[in-house]
Amino acid sequence: MTKQEALGKYLLRLADTNLILGQRLAEWCGTGPFLEEDLAMTNISLDLFGTAEALLKYACEVEGKGRTADELTFRRPEREFTNILLVEQPNVDFGATILRQLFVDAFDYYHYSELSKSSDPIIAGVAAKASKETTYHLRHSESWVIRLGDGTEESHQRMQNALNELWRFTDEQFEMNEVDAMLIEERIAVDLAPIKAKWLEKVIPVLSEATLQIPENTFMQRGGREGKHSEHFGFLLAEMHYIPRAYPDATW
Amino acid sequence: MDTTHFEEIFEAKLARNEMIEPKDWMPDNYRKHLIRQISQHAHSEVVGMLPEGNWITRAPSLRAKKILLAKVQDEGGHGLYLYTAAETLGISRDELIDQLLTGVAKYSSIFNYPTLTWADIGAIGWLVDGAAIMNQVMLQRTSYGPYARAMVRICKEESFHQRQGYEIMTMMARGTPEQRAMAQDAVNRWWWPTLMMFGPPDAESPNSANAIKWKIKRESNDQLRQRFVNQTLPQGELIGLTFPDKGLTWNEEKQGYDFTAPDWAEFKNVISGNGPCNRERLAMRRRAHDEGRWVREAAQAYAAKNKRYQAVA
Repeated sequence: MTKQEALGKYLLRLADTNLILGQRLAEWCGTGPFLEEDLAMTNISLDLFGTAEALLKYACEVEGKGRTADELTFRRPEREFTNILLVEQPNVDFGATILRQLFVDAFDYYHYSELSKSSDPIIAGVAAKASKETTYHLRHSESWVIRLGDGTEESHQRMQNALNELWRFTDEQFEMNEVDAMLIEERIAVDLAPIKAKWLEKVIPVLSEATLQIPENTFMQRGGREGKHSEHFGFLLAEMHYIPRAYPDATW
Repeated sequence: MDTTHFEEIFEAKLARNEMIEPKDWMPDNYRKHLIRQISQHAHSEVVGMLPEGNWITRAPSLRAKKILLAKVQDEGGHGLYLYTAAETLGISRDELIDQLLTGVAKYSSIFNYPTLTWADIGAIGWLVDGAAIMNQVMLQRTSYGPYARAMVRICKEESFHQRQGYEIMTMMARGTPEQRAMAQDAVNRWWWPTLMMFGPPDAESPNSANAIKWKIKRESNDQLRQRFVNQTLPQGELIGLTFPDKGLTWNEEKQGYDFTAPDWAEFKNVISGNGPCNRERLAMRRRAHDEGRWVREAAQAYAAKNKRYQAVA
Protein backbone atom coordinates (compact mmCIF):
# COMPACT_ATOMS: atom_id res chain seq x y z
CA MET A 1 0.00 0.00 0.00
CA THR A 2 1.39 3.40 -0.97
CA LYS A 3 1.05 6.41 1.26
CA GLN A 4 -1.40 7.82 -1.25
CA GLU A 5 -3.60 4.72 -1.00
CA ALA A 6 -3.44 4.77 2.78
CA LEU A 7 -4.48 8.42 2.80
CA GLY A 8 -7.40 7.66 0.48
CA LYS A 9 -8.64 4.88 2.75
CA TYR A 10 -8.18 7.01 5.83
CA LEU A 11 -10.20 9.90 4.39
CA LEU A 12 -13.03 7.62 3.30
CA ARG A 13 -13.21 6.03 6.70
CA LEU A 14 -13.51 9.40 8.43
CA ALA A 15 -15.91 10.73 5.84
CA ASP A 16 -18.16 7.67 5.94
CA THR A 17 -18.63 7.81 9.70
CA ASN A 18 -19.72 11.45 9.40
CA LEU A 19 -21.90 10.80 6.39
CA ILE A 20 -23.79 7.83 7.81
CA LEU A 21 -24.38 9.46 11.18
CA GLY A 22 -25.58 12.59 9.37
CA GLN A 23 -28.02 10.45 7.42
CA ARG A 24 -29.32 8.76 10.58
CA LEU A 25 -29.82 12.07 12.37
CA ALA A 26 -31.57 13.52 9.33
CA GLU A 27 -34.22 10.84 9.75
CA TRP A 28 -35.37 12.76 12.84
CA CYS A 29 -36.18 15.92 10.91
CA GLY A 30 -39.74 16.98 11.72
CA THR A 31 -40.32 14.32 14.37
CA GLY A 32 -38.16 15.35 17.35
CA PRO A 33 -39.53 15.26 20.93
CA PHE A 34 -40.05 19.03 20.71
CA LEU A 35 -39.23 21.75 18.23
CA GLU A 36 -35.96 23.01 19.74
CA GLU A 37 -34.53 19.50 19.81
CA ASP A 38 -35.68 18.88 16.26
CA LEU A 39 -33.61 21.88 15.23
CA ALA A 40 -30.62 20.78 17.30
CA MET A 41 -30.52 17.37 15.63
CA THR A 42 -30.79 18.85 12.15
CA ASN A 43 -27.98 21.24 13.02
CA ILE A 44 -25.70 18.42 14.06
CA SER A 45 -26.68 16.45 10.98
CA LEU A 46 -25.76 19.44 8.80
CA ASP A 47 -22.38 19.78 10.50
CA LEU A 48 -21.69 16.10 9.91
CA PHE A 49 -22.62 16.30 6.23
CA GLY A 50 -20.38 19.33 5.88
CA THR A 51 -17.40 17.49 7.37
CA ALA A 52 -18.15 14.41 5.28
CA GLU A 53 -18.29 16.42 2.08
CA ALA A 54 -15.00 18.20 2.76
CA LEU A 55 -13.27 14.87 3.44
CA LEU A 56 -14.85 13.19 0.41
CA LYS A 57 -13.71 15.99 -1.87
CA TYR A 58 -10.19 15.54 -0.62
CA ALA A 59 -10.49 11.76 -1.01
CA CYS A 60 -11.43 12.30 -4.67
CA GLU A 61 -8.40 14.50 -5.17
CA VAL A 62 -6.11 11.95 -3.54
CA GLU A 63 -7.64 9.15 -5.60
CA GLY A 64 -7.08 11.14 -8.79
CA LYS A 65 -9.58 9.24 -10.91
CA GLY A 66 -11.90 12.17 -11.49
CA ARG A 67 -14.64 10.88 -9.22
CA THR A 68 -16.73 13.40 -7.28
CA ALA A 69 -17.87 13.51 -3.65
CA ASP A 70 -21.39 12.75 -4.89
CA GLU A 71 -20.21 9.68 -6.75
CA LEU A 72 -18.47 8.42 -3.63
CA THR A 73 -21.63 9.08 -1.63
CA PHE A 74 -24.27 7.78 -4.00
CA ARG A 75 -22.60 5.19 -6.21
CA ARG A 76 -20.42 3.13 -3.91
CA PRO A 77 -21.67 -0.35 -2.96
CA GLU A 78 -22.13 -1.47 0.67
CA ARG A 79 -18.79 -3.23 1.04
CA GLU A 80 -16.82 -0.12 0.09
CA PHE A 81 -18.20 1.96 2.94
CA THR A 82 -15.88 1.86 5.94
CA ASN A 83 -17.79 3.77 8.63
CA ILE A 84 -17.92 2.31 12.12
CA LEU A 85 -20.92 0.10 12.91
CA LEU A 86 -22.10 2.38 15.71
CA VAL A 87 -23.26 5.15 13.39
CA GLU A 88 -25.38 2.92 11.17
CA GLN A 89 -27.40 1.55 14.10
CA PRO A 90 -31.07 2.54 13.90
CA ASN A 91 -32.29 5.57 15.85
CA VAL A 92 -34.69 3.44 17.98
CA ASP A 93 -35.76 6.35 20.20
CA PHE A 94 -34.40 9.73 21.27
CA GLY A 95 -32.48 8.07 24.11
CA ALA A 96 -30.57 5.64 21.90
CA THR A 97 -29.96 8.41 19.38
CA ILE A 98 -28.50 10.77 21.96
CA LEU A 99 -26.38 8.06 23.61
CA ARG A 100 -24.93 7.04 20.24
CA GLN A 101 -24.25 10.73 19.75
CA LEU A 102 -22.43 11.03 23.08
CA PHE A 103 -20.11 8.16 22.13
CA VAL A 104 -19.29 9.70 18.75
CA ASP A 105 -19.13 13.31 19.99
CA ALA A 106 -16.69 12.44 22.77
CA PHE A 107 -14.49 10.60 20.29
CA ASP A 108 -14.68 13.40 17.71
CA TYR A 109 -13.96 16.03 20.34
CA TYR A 110 -10.59 14.56 21.31
CA HIS A 111 -9.80 13.13 17.92
CA TYR A 112 -10.37 16.29 15.87
CA SER A 113 -8.58 18.38 18.42
CA GLU A 114 -5.45 16.22 17.89
CA LEU A 115 -6.03 15.89 14.18
CA SER A 116 -6.11 19.65 13.78
CA LYS A 117 -2.33 19.42 14.27
CA SER A 118 -2.00 16.98 11.35
CA SER A 119 0.93 17.54 9.00
CA ASP A 120 -1.60 17.41 6.17
CA PRO A 121 -2.94 20.97 5.94
CA ILE A 122 -6.30 19.97 4.44
CA ILE A 123 -6.98 17.38 7.14
CA ALA A 124 -5.81 19.86 9.78
CA GLY A 125 -8.22 22.47 8.43
CA VAL A 126 -11.22 20.16 8.30
CA ALA A 127 -10.41 18.86 11.79
CA ALA A 128 -10.06 22.36 13.23
CA LYS A 129 -13.50 23.32 11.95
CA ALA A 130 -15.06 20.04 13.05
CA SER A 131 -13.41 20.36 16.44
CA LYS A 132 -15.23 23.63 17.11
CA GLU A 133 -18.55 22.14 16.07
CA THR A 134 -18.00 19.03 18.14
CA THR A 135 -17.55 21.10 21.28
CA TYR A 136 -21.21 22.07 20.97
CA HIS A 137 -22.32 18.61 19.94
CA LEU A 138 -20.69 17.07 22.99
CA ARG A 139 -22.16 19.61 25.37
CA HIS A 140 -25.56 18.81 23.91
CA SER A 141 -25.36 15.00 24.03
CA GLU A 142 -23.66 14.94 27.41
CA SER A 143 -26.33 17.07 29.06
CA TRP A 144 -29.13 14.98 27.57
CA VAL A 145 -27.62 11.64 28.58
CA ILE A 146 -27.35 12.89 32.17
CA ARG A 147 -30.86 14.32 32.23
CA LEU A 148 -32.45 11.25 30.69
CA GLY A 149 -30.43 8.73 32.68
CA ASP A 150 -31.24 10.55 35.92
CA GLY A 151 -34.73 11.72 34.91
CA THR A 152 -37.75 9.47 35.41
CA GLU A 153 -37.94 5.73 35.92
CA GLU A 154 -38.97 5.30 32.31
CA SER A 155 -36.22 7.50 30.91
CA HIS A 156 -33.65 5.74 33.07
CA GLN A 157 -34.76 2.34 31.82
CA ARG A 158 -34.72 3.47 28.21
CA MET A 159 -31.20 4.85 28.59
CA GLN A 160 -30.00 1.70 30.32
CA ASN A 161 -31.45 -0.39 27.47
CA ALA A 162 -29.74 1.84 24.94
CA LEU A 163 -26.44 1.51 26.78
CA ASN A 164 -26.78 -2.28 26.92
CA GLU A 165 -27.34 -2.31 23.16
CA LEU A 166 -24.76 0.23 22.06
CA TRP A 167 -21.78 -0.29 24.33
CA ARG A 168 -20.59 -3.20 22.18
CA PHE A 169 -20.05 -0.82 19.23
CA THR A 170 -17.89 1.71 21.06
CA ASP A 171 -14.49 0.06 20.90
CA GLU A 172 -14.36 0.03 17.12
CA GLN A 173 -13.79 3.78 17.19
CA PHE A 174 -10.25 3.18 18.45
CA GLU A 175 -9.33 0.41 16.04
CA MET A 176 -6.14 0.98 14.06
CA ASN A 177 -4.58 -0.96 11.21
CA GLU A 178 -1.74 -0.61 8.70
CA VAL A 179 -3.37 2.55 7.29
CA ASP A 180 -3.00 4.27 10.65
CA ALA A 181 0.49 2.92 11.14
CA MET A 182 1.68 4.44 7.88
CA LEU A 183 -0.02 7.77 8.40
CA ILE A 184 0.93 8.14 12.06
CA GLU A 185 4.51 7.84 11.00
CA GLU A 186 3.99 10.77 8.63
CA ARG A 187 2.18 12.69 11.38
CA ILE A 188 -0.88 12.81 9.14
CA ALA A 189 -3.05 10.62 11.37
CA VAL A 190 -3.06 10.42 15.17
CA ASP A 191 -2.54 7.50 17.52
CA LEU A 192 -5.96 6.46 18.83
CA ALA A 193 -4.71 4.80 22.02
CA PRO A 194 -4.39 8.06 23.96
CA ILE A 195 -7.72 9.17 22.48
CA LYS A 196 -9.31 6.08 23.95
CA ALA A 197 -7.95 6.92 27.40
CA LYS A 198 -9.37 10.45 27.18
CA TRP A 199 -12.65 9.13 25.82
CA LEU A 200 -13.07 6.77 28.76
CA GLU A 201 -12.14 9.52 31.17
CA LYS A 202 -14.91 11.65 29.69
CA VAL A 203 -17.63 9.08 29.07
CA ILE A 204 -17.46 7.00 32.26
CA PRO A 205 -18.19 9.93 34.62
CA VAL A 206 -21.02 11.09 32.36
CA LEU A 207 -22.63 7.64 32.45
CA SER A 208 -22.10 7.49 36.17
CA GLU A 209 -23.70 10.92 36.72
CA ALA A 210 -26.54 9.64 34.55
CA THR A 211 -26.83 6.72 37.02
CA LEU A 212 -26.26 4.20 34.22
CA GLN A 213 -24.35 0.92 34.46
CA ILE A 214 -21.91 -0.07 31.75
CA PRO A 215 -22.70 -3.69 30.83
CA GLU A 216 -20.01 -6.11 31.96
CA ASN A 217 -18.12 -8.58 29.80
CA THR A 218 -19.30 -7.00 26.58
CA PHE A 219 -17.98 -8.58 23.41
CA MET A 220 -16.93 -5.68 21.22
CA GLN A 221 -18.24 -5.78 17.65
CA ARG A 222 -16.13 -4.71 14.72
CA GLY A 223 -15.99 -4.95 10.94
CA GLY A 224 -16.72 -1.46 9.61
CA ARG A 225 -13.11 -0.85 8.65
CA GLU A 226 -13.36 -3.80 6.24
CA GLY A 227 -16.80 -2.87 4.99
CA LYS A 228 -18.51 -5.61 6.97
CA HIS A 229 -21.66 -3.90 8.14
CA SER A 230 -24.81 -4.73 10.04
CA GLU A 231 -27.95 -5.74 8.14
CA HIS A 232 -29.39 -2.27 8.77
CA PHE A 233 -26.84 -0.73 6.48
CA GLY A 234 -28.18 -1.97 3.14
CA PHE A 235 -31.52 -0.31 3.79
CA LEU A 236 -29.90 2.97 4.77
CA LEU A 237 -27.94 2.96 1.51
CA ALA A 238 -30.92 1.85 -0.57
CA GLU A 239 -32.79 4.92 0.61
CA MET A 240 -29.85 7.27 0.21
CA HIS A 241 -28.90 5.91 -3.22
CA TYR A 242 -32.36 5.58 -4.70
CA ILE A 243 -32.50 8.58 -7.05
CA PRO A 244 -28.95 8.56 -8.45
CA ARG A 245 -29.19 4.82 -9.05
CA ALA A 246 -32.66 4.98 -10.61
CA TYR A 247 -31.60 7.81 -12.96
CA PRO A 248 -27.90 7.18 -13.56
CA ASP A 249 -27.63 9.70 -16.43
CA ALA A 250 -29.18 12.62 -14.60
CA THR A 251 -27.48 15.40 -12.66
CA TRP A 252 -29.25 17.05 -9.75
CA MET B 1 -66.10 48.23 32.19
CA ASP B 2 -66.52 50.89 29.56
CA THR B 3 -63.87 50.31 26.94
CA THR B 4 -64.84 53.14 24.60
CA HIS B 5 -61.82 55.20 25.55
CA PHE B 6 -59.43 52.28 24.96
CA GLU B 7 -61.07 51.49 21.67
CA GLU B 8 -60.53 55.05 20.54
CA ILE B 9 -56.83 54.81 21.37
CA PHE B 10 -56.59 51.47 19.54
CA GLU B 11 -58.35 52.81 16.46
CA ALA B 12 -56.22 55.95 16.47
CA LYS B 13 -53.05 53.87 16.56
CA LEU B 14 -54.23 51.80 13.62
CA ALA B 15 -55.13 54.97 11.75
CA ARG B 16 -51.62 56.32 12.29
CA ASN B 17 -50.19 52.96 11.12
CA GLU B 18 -48.57 52.38 14.49
CA MET B 19 -47.97 48.85 15.71
CA ILE B 20 -50.14 47.36 18.41
CA GLU B 21 -47.89 45.86 21.09
CA PRO B 22 -48.59 43.05 23.61
CA LYS B 23 -49.20 45.43 26.54
CA ASP B 24 -51.59 47.65 24.59
CA TRP B 25 -55.30 47.30 25.06
CA MET B 26 -56.91 45.51 22.11
CA PRO B 27 -60.44 44.33 21.32
CA ASP B 28 -61.10 40.70 22.19
CA ASN B 29 -61.90 39.86 18.61
CA TYR B 30 -58.65 41.35 17.38
CA ARG B 31 -56.79 39.19 19.90
CA LYS B 32 -58.76 36.09 18.92
CA HIS B 33 -58.27 36.73 15.24
CA LEU B 34 -54.51 37.06 15.73
CA ILE B 35 -54.21 33.97 17.88
CA ARG B 36 -56.07 32.00 15.24
CA GLN B 37 -54.03 33.40 12.35
CA ILE B 38 -50.58 33.28 13.98
CA SER B 39 -51.07 29.80 15.38
CA GLN B 40 -52.36 28.52 12.04
CA HIS B 41 -49.29 30.00 10.50
CA ALA B 42 -47.03 28.36 13.11
CA HIS B 43 -48.76 25.00 12.68
CA SER B 44 -48.36 25.31 8.92
CA GLU B 45 -44.62 25.74 9.32
CA VAL B 46 -44.34 22.72 11.58
CA VAL B 47 -46.65 20.44 9.58
CA GLY B 48 -44.96 21.76 6.44
CA MET B 49 -41.72 20.15 7.64
CA LEU B 50 -43.24 16.72 6.96
CA PRO B 51 -43.81 16.63 3.19
CA GLU B 52 -40.32 17.98 2.55
CA GLY B 53 -38.73 16.00 5.36
CA ASN B 54 -40.04 13.00 3.45
CA TRP B 55 -37.24 13.49 0.88
CA ILE B 56 -34.23 14.47 3.03
CA THR B 57 -32.86 10.95 3.31
CA ARG B 58 -33.37 10.49 -0.44
CA ALA B 59 -32.00 13.83 -1.66
CA PRO B 60 -29.96 13.07 -4.79
CA SER B 61 -26.76 15.03 -4.06
CA LEU B 62 -24.87 16.17 -0.99
CA ARG B 63 -25.60 19.77 -1.87
CA ALA B 64 -29.31 19.09 -2.31
CA LYS B 65 -29.39 17.22 0.97
CA LYS B 66 -27.73 20.03 2.91
CA ILE B 67 -29.95 22.68 1.34
CA LEU B 68 -33.12 20.73 2.03
CA LEU B 69 -32.10 19.99 5.62
CA ALA B 70 -31.33 23.66 6.20
CA LYS B 71 -34.61 24.67 4.61
CA VAL B 72 -36.74 22.33 6.67
CA GLN B 73 -34.83 23.47 9.72
CA ASP B 74 -35.67 27.08 8.85
CA GLU B 75 -39.32 26.11 8.80
CA GLY B 76 -39.04 24.67 12.30
CA GLY B 77 -37.39 27.94 13.32
CA HIS B 78 -40.28 29.91 11.79
CA GLY B 79 -42.66 27.75 13.78
CA LEU B 80 -40.77 28.74 16.92
CA TYR B 81 -40.84 32.50 16.24
CA LEU B 82 -44.53 32.30 15.47
CA TYR B 83 -45.47 30.27 18.54
CA THR B 84 -43.56 32.83 20.57
CA ALA B 85 -45.40 35.70 18.86
CA ALA B 86 -48.72 33.96 19.59
CA GLU B 87 -47.71 33.51 23.24
CA THR B 88 -47.51 37.29 23.64
CA LEU B 89 -51.30 37.26 23.17
CA GLY B 90 -51.78 35.22 26.31
CA ILE B 91 -51.93 31.62 25.16
CA SER B 92 -49.28 28.96 25.81
CA ARG B 93 -47.44 26.89 23.23
CA ASP B 94 -48.75 23.74 24.91
CA GLU B 95 -52.34 24.92 24.41
CA LEU B 96 -51.65 25.79 20.80
CA ILE B 97 -50.04 22.42 20.09
CA ASP B 98 -52.91 20.71 21.81
CA GLN B 99 -55.30 22.53 19.46
CA LEU B 100 -53.31 21.25 16.50
CA LEU B 101 -53.17 17.67 17.70
CA THR B 102 -56.87 17.53 18.55
CA GLY B 103 -57.76 18.93 15.14
CA VAL B 104 -59.27 22.14 16.55
CA ALA B 105 -56.67 24.37 14.89
CA LYS B 106 -56.09 24.36 11.15
CA TYR B 107 -52.92 24.59 9.11
CA SER B 108 -52.38 25.41 5.46
CA SER B 109 -54.24 22.89 3.33
CA ILE B 110 -51.34 22.68 0.89
CA PHE B 111 -49.45 20.38 3.24
CA ASN B 112 -52.16 17.77 2.92
CA TYR B 113 -50.87 16.90 -0.54
CA PRO B 114 -48.16 14.24 -0.90
CA THR B 115 -44.60 14.70 -2.17
CA LEU B 116 -44.37 11.90 -4.72
CA THR B 117 -41.08 12.59 -6.47
CA TRP B 118 -37.96 14.70 -5.99
CA ALA B 119 -39.45 17.27 -8.36
CA ASP B 120 -42.08 17.97 -5.72
CA ILE B 121 -39.33 19.42 -3.55
CA GLY B 122 -38.58 21.85 -6.37
CA ALA B 123 -42.25 22.61 -6.93
CA ILE B 124 -42.86 23.28 -3.24
CA GLY B 125 -39.94 25.69 -3.05
CA TRP B 126 -40.80 27.49 -6.23
CA LEU B 127 -44.61 27.56 -6.12
CA VAL B 128 -45.66 26.97 -2.51
CA ASP B 129 -42.96 29.12 -0.94
CA GLY B 130 -43.43 31.62 -3.75
CA ALA B 131 -47.09 31.90 -2.81
CA ALA B 132 -46.29 32.04 0.89
CA ILE B 133 -43.93 34.95 0.30
CA MET B 134 -46.73 37.00 -1.28
CA ASN B 135 -48.61 36.72 1.98
CA GLN B 136 -45.61 37.12 4.21
CA VAL B 137 -44.21 40.23 2.56
CA MET B 138 -47.57 41.87 3.24
CA LEU B 139 -47.54 40.63 6.83
CA GLN B 140 -44.26 42.42 7.57
CA ARG B 141 -46.52 45.47 7.81
CA THR B 142 -49.25 43.77 9.79
CA SER B 143 -50.58 45.81 12.70
CA TYR B 144 -49.46 43.52 15.54
CA GLY B 145 -45.80 44.23 16.41
CA PRO B 146 -44.49 40.77 17.40
CA TYR B 147 -46.10 39.18 14.33
CA ALA B 148 -44.70 41.81 11.99
CA ARG B 149 -41.20 41.44 13.41
CA ALA B 150 -41.29 37.65 13.17
CA MET B 151 -42.31 38.09 9.54
CA VAL B 152 -39.29 40.24 8.74
CA ARG B 153 -36.96 37.39 9.68
CA ILE B 154 -39.12 34.79 8.02
CA CYS B 155 -39.26 36.67 4.73
CA LYS B 156 -35.48 36.78 4.44
CA GLU B 157 -35.29 33.01 4.69
CA GLU B 158 -38.31 32.34 2.50
CA SER B 159 -36.84 34.09 -0.49
CA PHE B 160 -33.87 31.72 -0.26
CA HIS B 161 -36.32 28.81 -0.15
CA GLN B 162 -38.07 29.98 -3.25
CA ARG B 163 -34.79 30.33 -5.14
CA GLN B 164 -33.65 26.83 -4.19
CA GLY B 165 -36.95 25.41 -5.40
CA TYR B 166 -36.68 27.24 -8.70
CA GLU B 167 -33.10 26.02 -9.04
CA ILE B 168 -34.21 22.39 -8.64
CA MET B 169 -36.92 22.91 -11.26
CA THR B 170 -34.49 24.61 -13.61
CA MET B 171 -31.99 21.78 -13.36
CA MET B 172 -34.68 19.18 -13.92
CA ALA B 173 -36.36 21.06 -16.76
CA ARG B 174 -33.00 21.24 -18.52
CA GLY B 175 -32.02 17.69 -17.60
CA THR B 176 -32.90 14.28 -19.07
CA PRO B 177 -36.36 13.65 -20.60
CA GLU B 178 -37.30 11.74 -17.45
CA GLN B 179 -36.31 14.65 -15.22
CA ARG B 180 -38.23 17.04 -17.41
CA ALA B 181 -41.35 14.89 -17.29
CA MET B 182 -41.03 14.63 -13.52
CA ALA B 183 -40.75 18.42 -13.20
CA GLN B 184 -43.78 19.02 -15.44
CA ASP B 185 -45.82 16.45 -13.54
CA ALA B 186 -44.98 18.19 -10.27
CA VAL B 187 -46.12 21.57 -11.62
CA ASN B 188 -49.33 19.98 -12.89
CA ARG B 189 -50.09 18.58 -9.46
CA TRP B 190 -49.03 21.59 -7.32
CA TRP B 191 -50.42 24.44 -9.43
CA TRP B 192 -54.04 24.32 -8.30
CA PRO B 193 -53.40 23.62 -4.60
CA THR B 194 -50.93 26.53 -4.66
CA LEU B 195 -53.57 28.92 -6.01
CA MET B 196 -55.85 27.77 -3.20
CA MET B 197 -53.26 28.82 -0.61
CA PHE B 198 -54.42 32.44 -0.82
CA GLY B 199 -57.78 31.42 0.54
CA PRO B 200 -61.29 31.65 -0.89
CA PRO B 201 -62.31 34.43 -3.29
CA ASP B 202 -62.77 37.78 -1.53
CA ALA B 203 -66.53 37.59 -1.80
CA GLU B 204 -66.57 34.32 0.16
CA SER B 205 -63.78 34.90 2.64
CA PRO B 206 -65.35 34.97 6.12
CA ASN B 207 -62.42 36.43 8.06
CA SER B 208 -61.14 38.93 5.54
CA ALA B 209 -63.22 41.98 6.33
CA ASN B 210 -62.04 42.29 9.93
CA ALA B 211 -58.48 41.43 8.99
CA ILE B 212 -58.40 44.31 6.52
CA LYS B 213 -60.17 46.70 8.90
CA TRP B 214 -57.63 45.94 11.65
CA LYS B 215 -54.75 46.15 9.17
CA ILE B 216 -53.73 42.59 9.97
CA LYS B 217 -54.04 41.96 6.25
CA ARG B 218 -53.37 44.81 3.89
CA GLU B 219 -54.25 43.10 0.64
CA SER B 220 -57.06 40.74 -0.27
CA ASN B 221 -56.82 37.06 -1.18
CA ASP B 222 -57.64 37.77 -4.81
CA GLN B 223 -55.11 40.60 -5.11
CA LEU B 224 -52.32 38.39 -3.77
CA ARG B 225 -53.37 35.46 -5.96
CA GLN B 226 -53.28 37.67 -9.04
CA ARG B 227 -49.83 38.97 -8.16
CA PHE B 228 -48.56 35.43 -7.68
CA VAL B 229 -49.84 34.33 -11.10
CA ASN B 230 -48.32 37.38 -12.76
CA GLN B 231 -44.96 36.71 -11.18
CA THR B 232 -44.86 32.95 -11.68
CA LEU B 233 -45.92 32.55 -15.29
CA PRO B 234 -42.83 34.14 -16.85
CA GLN B 235 -40.64 32.08 -14.49
CA GLY B 236 -42.23 28.89 -15.83
CA GLU B 237 -41.88 30.04 -19.43
CA LEU B 238 -38.22 30.78 -18.88
CA ILE B 239 -37.45 27.16 -18.07
CA GLY B 240 -39.96 25.67 -20.49
CA LEU B 241 -42.53 24.39 -18.01
CA THR B 242 -46.24 24.91 -18.62
CA PHE B 243 -49.20 25.36 -16.27
CA PRO B 244 -52.27 23.12 -16.35
CA ASP B 245 -54.72 25.95 -17.09
CA LYS B 246 -56.01 26.48 -20.63
CA GLY B 247 -57.57 29.74 -19.51
CA LEU B 248 -54.25 31.49 -18.90
CA THR B 249 -54.05 34.56 -21.14
CA TRP B 250 -52.45 37.95 -20.88
CA ASN B 251 -54.97 40.68 -20.23
CA GLU B 252 -53.58 43.92 -21.57
CA GLU B 253 -56.20 46.02 -19.87
CA LYS B 254 -55.49 44.83 -16.33
CA GLN B 255 -51.81 44.31 -17.07
CA GLY B 256 -52.03 40.81 -15.66
CA TYR B 257 -52.97 37.26 -16.58
CA ASP B 258 -56.50 35.94 -16.64
CA PHE B 259 -56.67 32.49 -15.12
CA THR B 260 -59.21 29.84 -14.22
CA ALA B 261 -60.39 29.67 -10.63
CA PRO B 262 -59.24 26.57 -8.76
CA ASP B 263 -61.75 23.93 -7.76
CA TRP B 264 -63.08 25.40 -4.53
CA ALA B 265 -65.03 22.24 -3.78
CA GLU B 266 -61.71 20.40 -3.56
CA PHE B 267 -60.37 23.14 -1.29
CA LYS B 268 -63.32 22.79 1.08
CA ASN B 269 -62.94 19.06 1.03
CA VAL B 270 -59.25 19.21 1.93
CA ILE B 271 -59.66 21.74 4.74
CA SER B 272 -62.42 19.64 6.21
CA GLY B 273 -60.04 16.70 6.55
CA ASN B 274 -60.37 14.75 3.32
CA GLY B 275 -57.14 15.64 1.52
CA PRO B 276 -54.82 12.84 0.50
CA CYS B 277 -52.56 13.28 3.55
CA ASN B 278 -54.63 14.98 6.30
CA ARG B 279 -54.70 11.83 8.39
CA GLU B 280 -51.04 11.05 7.84
CA ARG B 281 -49.86 14.55 8.75
CA LEU B 282 -51.82 14.69 12.00
CA ALA B 283 -50.91 11.11 12.84
CA MET B 284 -47.22 11.93 12.41
CA ARG B 285 -47.44 15.04 14.58
CA ARG B 286 -49.29 13.09 17.27
CA ARG B 287 -46.81 10.25 17.10
CA ALA B 288 -43.84 12.62 17.48
CA HIS B 289 -45.59 14.33 20.38
CA ASP B 290 -46.44 11.04 22.12
CA GLU B 291 -43.04 9.49 21.53
CA GLY B 292 -41.36 12.62 22.86
CA ARG B 293 -43.41 12.69 26.05
CA TRP B 294 -40.97 10.60 28.08
CA VAL B 295 -38.14 12.93 27.05
CA ARG B 296 -40.02 16.06 28.12
CA GLU B 297 -41.08 14.44 31.38
CA ALA B 298 -37.54 13.30 32.12
CA ALA B 299 -36.17 16.79 31.50
CA GLN B 300 -38.70 18.22 33.96
CA ALA B 301 -38.08 15.52 36.54
CA TYR B 302 -34.35 16.11 36.31
CA ALA B 303 -34.77 19.87 36.65
CA ALA B 304 -36.94 19.35 39.73
CA LYS B 305 -34.05 17.48 41.35
CA ASN B 306 -32.17 20.76 41.19
CA LYS B 307 -29.05 19.30 39.67
CA ARG B 308 -26.48 20.43 37.15
CA TYR B 309 -28.44 20.85 33.91
CA GLN B 310 -31.25 23.27 34.60
CA ALA B 311 -31.99 24.33 31.06
CA VAL B 312 -35.18 22.49 30.33
CA ALA B 313 -37.30 21.87 27.32
